[in-house]
Amino acid sequence: MSTSTTTFERPADAGSASATAATATAAGPAGALAAAKPQPRRRWRLLRHSLVLAKRSLINTRQTPEALIDVTVQPAIFLVLFTYVFGGAIAHGSQHAYLQYLLPGILGQSIAMAGVAIGVNLNNDVSKGIFDRFRSLPISRSVPLIGTVLADVVRYVILFAITIGFGYVLGFRAQTGVLSVLAAGLLSIGFALCLCWASVWLGMISRTPGAVQGIMILAVLPMSFASNTFVQTSTLPGWMQTFVHFNPLTHLVGATRHLLLGGSATTDVLWTFLWMAILLAVFVPLALRAYRRRMV
Amino acid sequence: MNSTSTPSATEYAIEARGLRKRYGATQALDGVDLVARRGSVLGVLGPNGAGKTTAVRVLATLVKPDEGSARVAGHDVGRHPAAVRERIGLTGQFASVDETLSGTQNLVMIGQLLDMSRRDARARARELIAWFDLADAADRTAKTYSGGMRRRLDLAASLVGRPEVIFLDEPTTGLDPSKREDMWGVIRRLVTEGSTVLLTTQYLDEADALADEITVFDHGRVIAHDTPDGLKRIVGGQTLTVRPTDAARLDEVVGLLGEIAGMRPEPPVQGAVSAPVRDDAALSALVARLQERGIAVTELSLKLPSLDEVFFTLTGRVTDDAEIKELAA
Repeated sequence: MSTSTTTFERPADAGSASATAATATAAGPAGALAAAKPQPRRRWRLLRHSLVLAKRSLINTRQTPEALIDVTVQPAIFLVLFTYVFGGAIAHGSQHAYLQYLLPGILGQSIAMAGVAIGVNLNNDVSKGIFDRFRSLPISRSVPLIGTVLADVVRYVILFAITIGFGYVLGFRAQTGVLSVLAAGLLSIGFALCLCWASVWLGMISRTPGAVQGIMILAVLPMSFASNTFVQTSTLPGWMQTFVHFNPLTHLVGATRHLLLGGSATTDVLWTFLWMAILLAVFVPLALRAYRRRMV
Repeated sequence: MNSTSTPSATEYAIEARGLRKRYGATQALDGVDLVARRGSVLGVLGPNGAGKTTAVRVLATLVKPDEGSARVAGHDVGRHPAAVRERIGLTGQFASVDETLSGTQNLVMIGQLLDMSRRDARARARELIAWFDLADAADRTAKTYSGGMRRRLDLAASLVGRPEVIFLDEPTTGLDPSKREDMWGVIRRLVTEGSTVLLTTQYLDEADALADEITVFDHGRVIAHDTPDGLKRIVGGQTLTVRPTDAARLDEVVGLLGEIAGMRPEPPVQGAVSAPVRDDAALSALVARLQERGIAVTELSLKLPSLDEVFFTLTGRVTDDAEIKELAA
């Protein structure tokens, strides 16, 4: 530090001897105010700004790879555990048959679980100085949140690839074509991006990251178990079947199951789209409002 | 220091009237008026919790006031916050950088958010990195920076868009003395280039060293506004100190000073005697009398009181600065 101190005084000294103005000013930090301010670009600002901040989130992620455990190791472990612990009991000894049924379910559950992280991270970040910096810049107030959500796309792509890839290692085989598998991936990622706004909202209204995690898990567990994720809906009691039918995860899992294994996916896909629209319509405005309020 | 060349509609870069802001039971701002001339440094001085940071947050459009209005860089904070944000830079306890990004990445990101092209943003980042002497650390994550480097990066981040008005919220709190002097040099340089600076500080010497005018806050109110010298005069008069070369003539000098000051001087300390006087005339009067009597002196000074004394007079309390020193001891 001592070397940097001494050299640091150089520009300051140059400034105090500032009668030698013209050249010194051009090199100065504030610059000649009127001059040389490049004409800024004005188009696609919201998207451009969001992408800049998505990149920031990705750099953060790259520095803490352990933050990817919930989209890599976790779905793999769940696949192994559920296939070999419950497979025998549930599918009458055919673990392979159960894996075929289970994989779309694990995909759905992992997507719901992976949404927890964004709320926790934002809750951590939002009180840090960098968010105040964002608010003092001439960018839309929603940009920091949209940017963070966009960066999450990468996590969900990893999640889908790992789940399918590791499933193949265990013996899972898709019964449809490449296009259907891709459609299942796109639908899953799209749903994940809508669902994660609920987590973003919780991140904005909760006092601590722990609270976000606790509440999210509390919501995600019944959603992922009281559905068609692990067992056929018909094996459940009637009152629970009602809940299952309204559970958004049921339709996502149903849709991906058909897209991966065959059969008509149309009804479940439409239900999934409807739920995506509802999630966005409810949680995006809530999250943005909570974000604005939080800073006041 | 007041720039005359700025093409201004009004002579003030910051103009706030009657700002009020309440947080729960706390009246953070209780009717604050604030002005800063273009190209000047306004020091906002006050103890912790006086409302300095809240005032900055209002002026920087981070917080809406409950009442009152403000114009910054010619635009209304409430009605045209976007226009204000294009013209301000904010650095301080709260607005900082992303610790997980490198110095360069932080500056490029801000440049891009300010609608610069990638190339322009990179060029601007290089410029600032060089200017703030961060070249060696440019590619390291900000969390590895020392306190002084962090402050420089924070400040650099607020200068990316060449702001007209720069808010510095306690820019040197926690820095050691030599780093504070460095920071002061940087701030002075900004002003010579035509920026207007609003600086909040708990350090009286900092306000004294940098500010053209000082606004003193206490309990969410402005309790004084003046130049540093003007504030010092509030305490009333100046102190005349004289030290005769020949210690044997000290009593004689005490008598002379007493006549001129119109009161008995305080008991001499280490061969020097001091007395409060009303105006500068006392100095020349004393010089004349000393010459008449042929008394040589080694020290003769007329001093304004320190800002510490001013603060004590205004608030009836010692400054936090002094409290902090006590706690540290």
